[in-house]
Amino acid sequence: MTDIIQSLAPQANPNIPALRSGDTVRVHSRIVEGDRERIQVFQGTVIRNVNRGVSSSFTVRRIASNGIGVERTFLLLSPRIEKVEVLRHSKVRRARLYFLRNTRGKASRLKEARREAE
Amino acid sequence: MSTKQAILGKKVGMTRIFTDNGEVIPVTVIQAGPCYVTQIKTVATDGYNAIQIGFGITKRLSKGEAGHLGTLPKVRNLKEVRTDDIDKYTLGQVIDASLFTVGDLVDITGTSKGKGFAGGVKRYHFRGGPKTHGASDRTRAPGAIGSGTTPGRIVKGLRMAGHMGNVQRTVLNQEIVKVDIERNLVLVKGAVPGATNGLLVMRKAHKTGAAKRHKPLQD
Repeated sequence: MTDIIQSLAPQANPNIPALRSGDTVRVHSRIVEGDRERIQVFQGTVIRNVNRGVSSSFTVRRIASNGIGVERTFLLLSPRIEKVEVLRHSKVRRARLYFLRNTRGKASRLKEARREAE
Repeated sequence: MSTKQAILGKKVGMTRIFTDNGEVIPVTVIQAGPCYVTQIKTVATDGYNAIQIGFGITKRLSKGEAGHLGTLPKVRNLKEVRTDDIDKYTLGQVIDASLFTVGDLVDITGTSKGKGFAGGVKRYHFRGGPKTHGASDRTRAPGAIGSGTTPGRIVKGLRMAGHMGNVQRTVLNQEIVKVDIERNLVLVKGAVPGATNGLLVMRKAHKTGAAKRHKPLQD
């Protein structure tokens, strides 16, 4: 019976590459304001990946002005995501980078990991 | 004059779907039909007008059921629908998900999940007692249940712990979000009573106040 539910899920967005915790990404999302639509870019670090079928999501953290951390969770299959660019991979030792919330400035840097394009 | 229309179905489970502009709708997937008209009751023969519909193919039937169904498909579940439109139906006629269109409101009846013997906190949302201040054994207690010598008894109907769930429940005016006629699937916004694989009765909403006020989702 779960096959039926899986068959109702939308196709994966081809403009979203595989994301991993620690990746620095630019998320282009469609913002609907009344009947106008525009693209907004959110750039930051992926701190969480949730793999739950149609409810799969990822969370991006960025430091906004005045050093205030802003986290945004995107639904992986949402048609509101236009595309995701991966700018950089990082070497991280855990899947959920919640420790970044308690760091600031230099302490929140992550070491870059060179990976072959997937 | 009753023109009720209903169908039997099976709860497949819940998921979420995205509208074109990206809104997320929580939906319950229901395998609605195919149902077969298994009996037509008329005022002349039964004293009232109704159709009986059957759903769910099974291999085993009792001899009574087999005799009742005759050459009709071997259905597991039978359900009577009071309707006066009996001349619109013929024996063996198939009723399927095409009964519904997107935006319709339906009432869905099912048997809620059994919760066993449940206390007042779970069953009636009692607040329970304090967790601290020395109240080590009163955390989920119901509190006072009555007075003392006068009246010397507990009033009837007082809410107490007891068996919860596993009763028939109906949710009214659920909106249909999507219909897949090929696979007989109906997607209904929100939750419906009962567990996955539970039997459901879907009927077109007949409490029309809500139906009149209702504005279908724009897709």
